[in-house]
Amino acid sequence: MSETITTTTTVTKGRPEAIYETFERKSGKDKLTTHYCPGCGHGRAQKLVAEAISEMGLGDRTIFISPVGCSVFSYYYMNTGNVQAPHGRAPAVGTGLVRARPDSIVISYQGDGDLAAIGTAEIIHAANRGENMTVIFINNAIYGMTGGQMAPTTMVGQRTLTTPSGRNAATEGHPMRMAELIATLEAPVYVERVSCTDVKNIHKCRKAIRKGLQLQVERKGFSFIEILATCPTNWKKTPQDSIKWVQDVMEPYFKPGVYKDISATVQPLPRPEPKTDRKELEKILGLQSGKTVAKTTGKIGERRIKIAGFGGQGALTAGAMLATAGMNDGLQVTWLPSYGPEMRGGTANCSVVISDKRIGSPLVTQPNVLIAMNRPSLDAFEQEVAPGGIIMVNSSLIDRKVARTDVKAVYAPFTELAAGLGLKAAANAVAIGVFLAHEKSIDRERIYEVLRTSFKKKEAVETNIRAVDAGYEYKA
Amino acid sequence: MKKELIKGNEAVVKAAILAGCTHYFGYPITPASEIAQAAAYYFPLIGGAFVQAESEVAAINMVYGAASTGVRTMTASSGPGLSLKQEGISYLAGAELPSVVVDVMRAGPGLGNIWPEQSDYNQMVKGGGHGDYRNIVLAPNSAQEMCDFTILAFELSDQYRCTAVVLTDGSIGQTMEPVEFPDEVKPAPAKDWAVRGDAATRKNLVTSIYMSTDQLQSLNQRLQKKYAEIEAREQRWEDYRTDDAQLVIVAYGVTSRVAENAIEELRSRGMKVGMLRPKTLFPFPKKRVKELAGQAAAFLVAEMSAGQMIEDVKLAIEHRKPVEFYGVSGGNLPTVEGIVKAAEAAYRRYS
Repeated sequence: MSETITTTTTVTKGRPEAIYETFERKSGKDKLTTHYCPGCGHGRAQKLVAEAISEMGLGDRTIFISPVGCSVFSYYYMNTGNVQAPHGRAPAVGTGLVRARPDSIVISYQGDGDLAAIGTAEIIHAANRGENMTVIFINNAIYGMTGGQMAPTTMVGQRTLTTPSGRNAATEGHPMRMAELIATLEAPVYVERVSCTDVKNIHKCRKAIRKGLQLQVERKGFSFIEILATCPTNWKKTPQDSIKWVQDVMEPYFKPGVYKDISATVQPLPRPEPKTDRKELEKILGLQSGKTVAKTTGKIGERRIKIAGFGGQGALTAGAMLATAGMNDGLQVTWLPSYGPEMRGGTANCSVVISDKRIGSPLVTQPNVLIAMNRPSLDAFEQEVAPGGIIMVNSSLIDRKVARTDVKAVYAPFTELAAGLGLKAAANAVAIGVFLAHEKSIDRERIYEVLRTSFKKKEAVETNIRAVDAGYEYKA
Repeated sequence: MKKELIKGNEAVVKAAILAGCTHYFGYPITPASEIAQAAAYYFPLIGGAFVQAESEVAAINMVYGAASTGVRTMTASSGPGLSLKQEGISYLAGAELPSVVVDVMRAGPGLGNIWPEQSDYNQMVKGGGHGDYRNIVLAPNSAQEMCDFTILAFELSDQYRCTAVVLTDGSIGQTMEPVEFPDEVKPAPAKDWAVRGDAATRKNLVTSIYMSTDQLQSLNQRLQKKYAEIEAREQRWEDYRTDDAQLVIVAYGVTSRVAENAIEELRSRGMKVGMLRPKTLFPFPKKRVKELAGQAAAFLVAEMSAGQMIEDVKLAIEHRKPVEFYGVSGGNLPTVEGIVKAAEAAYRRYS
């Protein structure tokens, strides 16, 4: 979607439509004046933002984010949709807003503590993702709301309540130039720093705000407008002296100017439309309509199976196939893999429970069945097998016999049988075949069905079926 | 729907989409990452959004933003991530924004490890952030319940305008079991309070700041009234062989699954042992626990922690019956033998 809104810079006389006539949300009796101090930069900046919203006809579409700091009460004044955000998180909140409502105009209006200290991560990453929002950054080199402490943008030497001897660069660092920082990122479309001190600068500021909003209307992405602003109260200066301080001290360090503008070349962002049709969702999610009908009602009791091998032998897949076949047979099943770094260490195992009644624990500590696909697996789990249980040993890779005498041991060369079929990777299918030969809990036909739906290529299905049969028919 | 063999973590995502959730914001962490991975796959396909946030803090604040517009939205993580999200969850409570948070618990404190524990109970059930608030907390113990409780979480969070947490553990999140996804899910209610960036909602405000002390107190009173209503109406539990039980095991999540096997063994040895499994941790099923205190001689609380839920059990029965504890931690899993041993000792002592 792309639309054009005229960006003539007519100057609104009096109250812009996007500022409430009376401030009903403000506590106390005075509903006509703002809480900002005389000469505060916020009052001026917010009026310019409201003018732009009004003149561009964006009042209904705008969601204004009130941050934490002096502008926390912006929702008293802004006649738009309003969301108040936690300290520093406005760009993340804004991300949620624009992703959910792509046609809304989101303004993240933040001070220097909010944006450049506690919210540094949020602003950098919203900018880096190129979220379709306009950020208005009020840089007045001090914390206002909390009464005049150091901000990340406090000038070197500037006295604040937490830099009583003046900011010392050696211990407190240097003032951060956020416009320059943001401009180094690829995604932001437009980054400008403006001052808000005299008529000429105010005009520039007005233009910058409109441009930011216009780019959002065109869905061109992220824009960042830093406004150098006054804080007479906490600077302990008169409004006039404050303006002079911006010009003499701040502007030489925080140089006004356009730091990035790629608006002429970027393409509008796509506008996703969530699907609501249930059938379409089912298709995307791969859900099948109907009910699973039990194919057998065999009484098998409960089989607790551990399958272990090295990564790549398909121990986990073999377990999942048994579980799927069991489920299709109308049995209760669970499958639990080992997970995390141990998966990357070379060995993998899974626990499978197949039962004709409700399964309690999916954890298998005393398996009835152990399928050991390599030597470390036999070493690790032999002692865990329940007395009377069965251990199936891949004799291709395991050069020792089962030491226990209270369990049954079955030996078959899983790997060689698979290699004989030309598919070494089918050793796990051979293992399943061996399992089926000695454990009558699952019908071989169910395994064939699982194989038919697991592999796309007919050839792979057939080889795996032959591997299952080879294991099933193997006689030591 | 036909049954599908699926991990609990992945069932969460499919269930969320069926429930009309369109926006997922998250950060990867073991053992919850499958949720983010499945979300990254499915949410763009349905025309919604998946955003991998720069931090857990950002992720929960993205949920705050999306929830402000009235869409169904969620995030998921594990212990260390939830600690970081607590700030945002407090704001969600203050602003009364419906939202779903999944916590697939791992072992703590600190970085701990990636294996299961149930030691996030206090931070999720009691409210881990600042201020007087509660989350609805649902405790699934199977992949099927990971599906069902995710959908229920969206419904309850919309109904009560609060955060609903699906609190599970690494084992339940990682286990694949057959899941039957529901044929139908009730559509979300209208949300006339939302801020959508349109004419109809222009007058609306989402906030948790109230400068008037009386206004903030009345918000708090309203929240407490809401939580009382949730406690009265939403207690959910499962009775497992409690009808004649002299010893009642109280356990949730994977611990309750292990306890089932233990009860089988204890019953075979002639001991009348059953289990009360809370499905909701807030509200805690006090009503049922209290009733059982009239019947049983003693309780055994089993948890993968040093004992957190046990406090709610003791409060519910007002110390009228002895409450014993079986716990494992560090990522160790409860064992059938361990529960049997603890239960047998308690049984012999008290019945």
